[in-house]
Amino acid sequence: MNKLLFLLQKEFKQIFRNPTILRMIIIMPILQLILLPLAADYEVKNITVSIVDLDHSPYSNRLIHKIDASSYFKLVEYSPSYRKSLKTVGDGKTDLILTIPRGFEKTLIKENSAKLHLATDAVNGIRGGLGSAYLAQVVGDFNREIREEWLVLPRNSEIPQIEVTSANWYNPYSKYPLFMVPGILVVLVTMVGAFMTALNIVAEKEVGTIEQLNVTPLKKHEFILGKLIPFWVLGMVSITIGMVVAFVIFRILPVGSFLTIYAFSAVYLFGVLGIGLLISTFSDTQQQATLFAFFAMMVFILLGGLYTPIEGMPRWSQILTYFNPPSYLIKIVRAIYIKGSLFSDLKNDFYILIAFAIGFNGLAILNYRKRMA
Amino acid sequence: MKVFFAFVKKEFWHVIRDKRSLIILIGLPIVMMLLFGFALTSEVKNSNIAILDFSKDPATKTLVDRIDQSQYFTVNKYLNSEKEIEGVFRKGEVRLVLIFPQNFENDLSKDKKTQVRLVADASDPNTANITINYASAIIRDYQNEVNENKMLPYAIEMETRMLYNPQLKSSYNFVPGVMTLIMMLLGAMMTSVSIVKEKEMGTMEILLVSPMKPIMVLISKAVPYMVLCFLDIILILLMAVYILDMPIQGSLVLLLAESLLFIITTLSLGLLISVNVNSQQVAMFISLVALLMPSLIFSGFMFPIENMPLPLQVMSNLIPTKWYYSIMKAIMVKGLSFEFVLKQTLILAGMTVFFLSIAIKKFKINLEA
Amino acid sequence: MMPEIVIHTENLTRRFGDFVAVNNISFDVKVGEIFGFLGANGAGKTTAMKILCGLLSPSSGVATVAGFDVYKENERIKENIGYMSQKFSLYENLTVRENITFFGGIYGIDRKSLKIKSEELIQRLGLGPEADKLVGSLPLGWKQKISFSVAILHNPKVVFLDEPTGGVDPITRRQFWDMIYEASAKGITVFVTTHYMDEAEYCDRVSIMVDGAIAAIGKPSELKQQFGVENMDGVFLQLARGAKRSE
Repeated sequence: MNKLLFLLQKEFKQIFRNPTILRMIIIMPILQLILLPLAADYEVKNITVSIVDLDHSPYSNRLIHKIDASSYFKLVEYSPSYRKSLKTVGDGKTDLILTIPRGFEKTLIKENSAKLHLATDAVNGIRGGLGSAYLAQVVGDFNREIREEWLVLPRNSEIPQIEVTSANWYNPYSKYPLFMVPGILVVLVTMVGAFMTALNIVAEKEVGTIEQLNVTPLKKHEFILGKLIPFWVLGMVSITIGMVVAFVIFRILPVGSFLTIYAFSAVYLFGVLGIGLLISTFSDTQQQATLFAFFAMMVFILLGGLYTPIEGMPRWSQILTYFNPPSYLIKIVRAIYIKGSLFSDLKNDFYILIAFAIGFNGLAILNYRKRMA
Repeated sequence: MKVFFAFVKKEFWHVIRDKRSLIILIGLPIVMMLLFGFALTSEVKNSNIAILDFSKDPATKTLVDRIDQSQYFTVNKYLNSEKEIEGVFRKGEVRLVLIFPQNFENDLSKDKKTQVRLVADASDPNTANITINYASAIIRDYQNEVNENKMLPYAIEMETRMLYNPQLKSSYNFVPGVMTLIMMLLGAMMTSVSIVKEKEMGTMEILLVSPMKPIMVLISKAVPYMVLCFLDIILILLMAVYILDMPIQGSLVLLLAESLLFIITTLSLGLLISVNVNSQQVAMFISLVALLMPSLIFSGFMFPIENMPLPLQVMSNLIPTKWYYSIMKAIMVKGLSFEFVLKQTLILAGMTVFFLSIAIKKFKINLEA
Repeated sequence: MMPEIVIHTENLTRRFGDFVAVNNISFDVKVGEIFGFLGANGAGKTTAMKILCGLLSPSSGVATVAGFDVYKENERIKENIGYMSQKFSLYENLTVRENITFFGGIYGIDRKSLKIKSEELIQRLGLGPEADKLVGSLPLGWKQKISFSVAILHNPKVVFLDEPTGGVDPITRRQFWDMIYEASAKGITVFVTTHYMDEAEYCDRVSIMVDGAIAAIGKPSELKQQFGVENMDGVFLQLARGAKRSE
């Protein structure tokens, strides 16, 4: 126990003398929390439209006004021909081209049906798909107006109708920062935990001081605890800084309790530190450790449901997420921040996080050798 | 020149002998392509949904079955009161609750009017909006069926053409994104760390007294990573074409030439970092914060640039990755020719020259000091 | 009375794949001795030493250090030895005092006696003004002296020194050897590898390794006589001529 205190004293002194570590736990949270939530707005809006109106009729005019009035669209150009418009799509200036063919109004009235041509830049599949769906909605509304003018349908028609109303709970104004910030807190803790622990231990290997430690009667568990505890503290500091930044910049406070967040993060951090330790046992140089850690982080975060929902994934990768610690904590911290979930709501996840902590550290301890075989 | 090749050979051995790193450097693009290609979509599938049915009549049953059978939803909970909604949301059990009022069928057939309420857990706003849209669409379809789809007069038909990407594949977006990220990692981060390591270990001085020009010493360290970078690019392209069925529309030569330019850009960034920094950890930290993160955020491959606040949009123009990404998209997906990417190419080249000249200038000052 | 034996090896062997780094070596080191472990680069010195320190497992053979078996009791060995590695082994971003405190602490010296001991040590080394400077800022010779003092702070039975004087000037080397004599006088056995042949003359006994095996062992004077040469350099050259491995 006494030896552990000496180790901790040494680690903390070294940490406070290492400007990189300090920068990492202060600058990283601030930068990530400012940039990512502002950047990660997936809502499809500001769809740019180029209109090729070959009809120049009152109807075509009305349709164009209707599109212009919609909040989704921005009319960027009236073009005399489809081919000219196509060029602006190539440049990325236009998302949609709506062509209103000559005689649109006439055909619609005389022949009871008319066609519009829509071309969509679908390089970004989601934007293309949703953009054309929104435009179809506007056209549908327009269609109904026209029909009602001609038919004078009674309001209370004979057609049965199901009215659908919807409510968005917890985040009624669809604010992305509210969704992203808790997830990014998890990314931060994971980076501090895995990256810094791995680098720190491997740096001792690279410089050769670890050999000096291995030749002392220091026990394996003392050494490992001596490394884990300081970075555990740093991880908790970085999540605290993160929560402060989230409040200062976005005015986001957890609906649930801070204590629950800390409880989950504390257990989670031990698991992540175990991953860092495991990485360090596999690497001889800091360069290797960086690569391994980067690789692990990439996979963890992509599979963590930070940007894309886990339910959308195919079965095999959903199974992978069961073994991915960040997927749990991202879900947990979001639930506490946004919905105010209680500890009892998330109890099962807590046990899983404990299992991770034991599992990863166990593996790392098995893999860590004071003596080379 | 002979000495230079000897140096390059030595560096190659260094990189190749480190099997574990090599596996990662080749495995990373493969894993990323597979994840982006097959695992990550912002589509919503099999979303869990709860039903709160106050009618429990044949009509609501048909509608619930219809929802359960759709690929978008799985009905996994039946609630008894509105109070329970809060609980299932807090536990994260369902994304959406569908509420049927009393006398649903009766109202529909007699009063010709009834209601369905959707309550979404909107902590993920995007998914919430998508699930609401899907559920409404299913309900609308059901309503139309009840109406036996009467042919309406004065119908405007829409003929929609999806340009470039008719199947709306997401690979068209992320493939160039993965390329840029790998290049930043290898070209900038790995190169700078490996140069700074020599500084840290004190072996740099030995290299610098060799009969080679000092800057060539640095470049010889970068060459193996450049080659690896190029191999990774080819690997990514092969996977894109043969596994993700994403044909390359434009000229392959142009694509590779532009990639070479970007490799040099990343390399110059790597050099710039390594001349300014003395510890591996700092080099790594700067690469991560100043290069990899902005590349991820501002290239437009993970986050839509057009939705960002104006200051961020302006900032994105300073990130070389953005320009390379847009060049790649233009060539690979839209099949545009050189004249269409001339502007971006010039900007990228200008940035490269700028970074490289600062790096070399700083390097010379360091040597003299 | 037979002097007590503190290091004992019999047919100690270590292989790395097909390569036999240490080949059947057998020798004893007596308490209080200064034992020189010589050999060209790559002869197997460091490997043998790492086995004795419990940093590396042997492939076969017998070895005990301070009465403990290297196979099973390597953690017990560690309580009884000090070690100074070839690579510099102090923390550069800790001060002299902090390094002493740290290493003393993990050898189980309590804080009170540690304070007295480190003060004593700092005075003896004449490092008063530098005691609170980061080790990284000190010259190499000083670092090595501090390293050595730290290695024997807990009064080990044996101290292993792996090329302790590499890269320093002759005066500092001389001072370093004075410290070794002092330690030896206190009863600490010194096991030292070196490739400076003049240093070999300072040892009580030396062994010379060639290609993983011990080619000669004995007092420097005996060896010189045996090979009919003036100094250890001559002994070494005669033995090393037949070596197959070298850098």
